[in-house]
Amino acid sequence: MSVQTPISGLPTPSGTPGAPKLLEVRDIVTRFTTDRGSLTAVNGVSLSLERGRTLGVVGESGSGKSVLSRSIMGLLPRSNTERSGQVIFEGKEISGLNDSEYRELWGDEMAMIFQDPMTALNPVMKVGLQITESLRFHLNMSKSDAKDTAVALLKAVKIPEPEKRFSSYPHEMSGGMRQRVVIAVALACGPKLLFADEPTTALDVTVQAQILDLLAEQQRERYMGIILVTHDLGVVAGRADEIAVMYAGQIVEQAPTALLFSEMKMPYTEALMAAIPKLTDASHTRLAAIGGRPPDLVNPPKGCAFSPRCPYVQPRCHEESPTLTPSPTAPEHLFACFYPIGSPETEEVRLRIAAQRLMATAPEFVAAPAKTPTPAEQSPVPAPPEQTEGM
Amino acid sequence: MFILKKFGQLIVTVILVTLFASLLLELLPGDPTEVLIPSGSDQQREDLRQELKLDQSFAVRYSTWLGNFATGDMGNYYTVSSDRPVSDRLWQSLPVSLLLMFYAQMLALFFAIPFGVLTAYRKGTWFDRTSNTAAFAMLAIPNFALGFLLQYYLGVKLGWFKTGGYASPSESPIEHFQYMILPTITLAVGQIAIYMRLLRSDMIATLQQDFILMAKAKGLKSKRILFRHALRPSSLTLLTVAGLNIGTLIGGALIVEVVFALPGMGLMLFEAIGRRQIVAFQSMVAVIAILYILVNFAVDLLYTVLDPRIRNANKS
Repeated sequence: MSVQTPISGLPTPSGTPGAPKLLEVRDIVTRFTTDRGSLTAVNGVSLSLERGRTLGVVGESGSGKSVLSRSIMGLLPRSNTERSGQVIFEGKEISGLNDSEYRELWGDEMAMIFQDPMTALNPVMKVGLQITESLRFHLNMSKSDAKDTAVALLKAVKIPEPEKRFSSYPHEMSGGMRQRVVIAVALACGPKLLFADEPTTALDVTVQAQILDLLAEQQRERYMGIILVTHDLGVVAGRADEIAVMYAGQIVEQAPTALLFSEMKMPYTEALMAAIPKLTDASHTRLAAIGGRPPDLVNPPKGCAFSPRCPYVQPRCHEESPTLTPSPTAPEHLFACFYPIGSPETEEVRLRIAAQRLMATAPEFVAAPAKTPTPAEQSPVPAPPEQTEGM
Repeated sequence: MFILKKFGQLIVTVILVTLFASLLLELLPGDPTEVLIPSGSDQQREDLRQELKLDQSFAVRYSTWLGNFATGDMGNYYTVSSDRPVSDRLWQSLPVSLLLMFYAQMLALFFAIPFGVLTAYRKGTWFDRTSNTAAFAMLAIPNFALGFLLQYYLGVKLGWFKTGGYASPSESPIEHFQYMILPTITLAVGQIAIYMRLLRSDMIATLQQDFILMAKAKGLKSKRILFRHALRPSSLTLLTVAGLNIGTLIGGALIVEVVFALPGMGLMLFEAIGRRQIVAFQSMVAVIAILYILVNFAVDLLYTVLDPRIRNANKS
């Protein structure tokens, strides 16, 4: 993670200035054995995170973002899974731990918030017990202490009547309330690292904002590092300090949030961005979708994984795969693309697409056929991507 | 309201069950009095025929029995010399059957639950495969064959248990268990396989739920995740089948009762059919049907204990 000045008002890190980072992940690879062969879900991801900061991991379904967070946490099943790379938590390598060593970390040092609050809570256990059980297990609290703490946690996540809700079952609560309970469970033992795996995807838009605000508030109070996994760039825009965009199991672009939005380099990031509907668009504007589908991870395509869907694709992209390299202008901005946004090649394609669109929609405004022959006539350039398929 | 509905169900079921059971007995050829009093005179036969209303229609006979049963009169065993009340024998053999059923269910669940849970947890391992193969082998052994095997090896050769007969637990608890252990094992063995497989498949589905991953992410021990988080939501099918099985075990343990000479309901029913004791048969079928319905009513109540979501569905 790039070095940035800490936001004022935050407590200082508990460790000494030279203390190890909260989390450092080096070249993690996760493969699943499937009937069709080995599926590489995460392919060489490196990242790092400090306490008190948020890393947004963005990508469409199947990009490996959820598997990444589970790989880091060590939550994947042991069978059918092959994992390599280093995960260094507070200076300690944890990727080789056994289950009982992991249990010391899980819930206590690192916790996870799950996507769907409708299924993440045990339907046959009272919510109070679901909070107290980890308190009793990790912190050896007495029954009554655990209950007091759990009620305080329910209060902290802004659940009305926490004493009453302590003995409710999950089905007696709304989706937003349940997600608050899930957060309370995750926060119970005071973890230093929190994985939020699509924490708001299953919720109403209005509730989404409340839950994200709650997470931010708890992060400030508890000084946690958060890895916020989402498919929605809009969710991480205002919440993450840094954003990593994932595609086909790899990070394809990574930068501090403001930099990423102002100077995105990777065509995939641009496509994700274009997929967010804008309030300023006229009503009934067609939603922009990324054509095609994510690549098959058992038999990945040759070259850049995004090349089959990339509007700016060049012959080289089909042959070689780009590596994640720092931008020449800003070293904290990494991207994996031979022809990033802003390069002459992509600008040319962009102009041509715009011209084609104009021709199609309003030919009367275009004077005569193009005077200078564009390279489109000679070199094979793919048509602009279809706009009908869903993401 | 709920209770009233259940009570209505009970009455309708008892009537239907006994009606069809009696109709089946009607299909048996020959004069029942020939079987009831083989050496009786013509006059005795005629008297008995009148007493049993054999000279009247089936509808009259059935409704007479139903009226008597409703007022608590279960009828008599008819012989030439004396008429013994059915209730006497019923109160002797019903406890035998109930205890046998209870022991067999407990033993079956005692093995099936841990094995069902662990085979689901260790799905695909050698432990899972071995357990499943063993379960199918157990399921494949016929009751009578297993009964004889146990009698011969554990009863005769080793002399640990009694091979036949019965003692009530109030008379002699130790003897009671000596008599009951072998029939219990014989009955339970097949059930273990069925229960284990049922629980295993439900557990496998439950273990893939998000809340199990969340319990794991809390750092809980596997034992707690399996038995506190996963078992309860996975046990509804098992409970249903175990409940339905109780009926089968009360009246249907005939083979085991014959092999071990246990004076239970199965044996009594069999005897009643063979000796054309129609009234006794109707009363016993009715009692078993009532027990069956009561047990399954208890199972319905247990659902709501296991899954609070059903509790709410019942209220609304």
